[in-house]
Amino acid sequence: MTGTITPPSLREPKAPGEPNRPKERRRRLGRVGLGLIVPIAALALWELGAIAGVVSTRLIPPPSAIAATLGDLASDGALWAHSLATTLRVLAGFALGAFVGTVLGAATGVSQRFGTLFDPTLQALRNIPSIAWTPLFILWFGIFETSKVLMIALGVFFPVYLTFSGAIASVDRGLVEVGRVYGFNTYTLIRRILFPASLPTYVIGLRNGLGLGWMFVVAAEFLGASEGLGYLLVDGQQTGRPSVIIASIAMFALLGKLTDHVLASVGARFTYWQDGFVREGATR
Amino acid sequence: MIELISVEKRFATGLLAVSDIDLRVSEHEIVAVIGPSGCGKSTILRLIAGLEEPTSGTARVAGHDVHGPDQSVGIVFQQPRLMPWLTVERNVAFGLGSGHESSPEVAEVIAKVGLTPFAKALPRELSGGMAQRVAIARALVTRPPVLLLDEPFSALDAFTRIDLQTHLLEVWSWYRPTTFLVTHDIDEALTLADRVIVLGGSPGTIRADISVDLERPRSRTGTTFHRLQDRAMAELGRSRVEAESSAS
Repeated sequence: MTGTITPPSLREPKAPGEPNRPKERRRRLGRVGLGLIVPIAALALWELGAIAGVVSTRLIPPPSAIAATLGDLASDGALWAHSLATTLRVLAGFALGAFVGTVLGAATGVSQRFGTLFDPTLQALRNIPSIAWTPLFILWFGIFETSKVLMIALGVFFPVYLTFSGAIASVDRGLVEVGRVYGFNTYTLIRRILFPASLPTYVIGLRNGLGLGWMFVVAAEFLGASEGLGYLLVDGQQTGRPSVIIASIAMFALLGKLTDHVLASVGARFTYWQDGFVREGATR
Repeated sequence: MIELISVEKRFATGLLAVSDIDLRVSEHEIVAVIGPSGCGKSTILRLIAGLEEPTSGTARVAGHDVHGPDQSVGIVFQQPRLMPWLTVERNVAFGLGSGHESSPEVAEVIAKVGLTPFAKALPRELSGGMAQRVAIARALVTRPPVLLLDEPFSALDAFTRIDLQTHLLEVWSWYRPTTFLVTHDIDEALTLADRVIVLGGSPGTIRADISVDLERPRSRTGTTFHRLQDRAMAELGRSRVEAESSAS
């Protein structure tokens, strides 16, 4: 074989989200800018509608009023305390739910026997709307942090479990056989083949789980909490201040997006090798 | 080096894949098995590899009975089966455990298959032929005495296939591992092997054992090559007719 071929790329493949050249950075900024057009236009229309008197400002406060409310809440420190309380609950519940989901997902994905034993039960439990557990959880674990964190963990558990178990079960049989050829035991097989191969799908499961975690924290905080963004929502309703409600919703959106972005970027760092569909106009 | 003694394999489904297989491959020999699809060619390779257990009879490799996969055997499958998340050198070092990707034997075998400039590339950046060369390097990195090839080039286009056949012989001459090649390409078998075994029927049995006494590298022209082609073709044809008449 003559060695006259030149490789398409000699550089170490780079993870996306690692723009070290100004050109790439500019392109990324451009993409973020494009994504901002629609929300900014919607806010502007909303504000104009309020000024023109088309929208009732008593029930639907304009963006400027919401920003003012956020400013007030931020200046007396309440916003940070509530956001922090909620975020910590979500993170604790996410950690617990994702951990159990990962362990059980790996077990049922890898072992036929374990899958036959546990999967039907878990699938049946999954069909119960998880919020239906709330009264029972409050009876069992009290009204304080434990029941809230467990509620969130339950919400996070199912998507993580289902996605990971399914991803492991659908890893290419050929790759698994390579592991057999090298005499891998189950643990090595998981660590060196099954886990890396199912990582892209696993990250999607984690992101789904995190999204549900943010959903469940609201439900948990509705039912008796003295702090947290969910408490702020209820407080805004009871005191007739829609701007507080919308301000809390905005904080949920912001924190949810932020945590998802962190998770997605960390995930992308580990799945840069994927040979998947690249959207039109996207850069690798 | 490889011995199969009255080997029979029946699958759990009840299907009798191969029976009455007696086969011996000497050290440094290259033996090719050809036959129609479904005749159990790959099953024989998997028995030698320890990926299947024979129902009766014995498979021996390097003087030991085969019970499960063993490090004295390197395997190349029809698909490269590279780990898409690992670079070429990490894929080659896969069986050595992590941390060995920068060891000299990995670099040496990557050089043997001519992929040194691609050592840090990911599988998605390789062509099909290059990926299969990585698979060959992975199989040979520990210098196993036995190399098994399961239709290694049948997923490639005709030009790449001929290119890789030449290339395989070059790599083989490195330390001349005992080689067992499963293929459905008569020309490939006659170009590479010292002996061509024709398998046929259902269950598959050995129908012919053809010696190829030609100097390497071989050209695919000349009367001897054509005579061997005709003979292999005739044996294959006969086994197919028998299979059809026994099926009806």
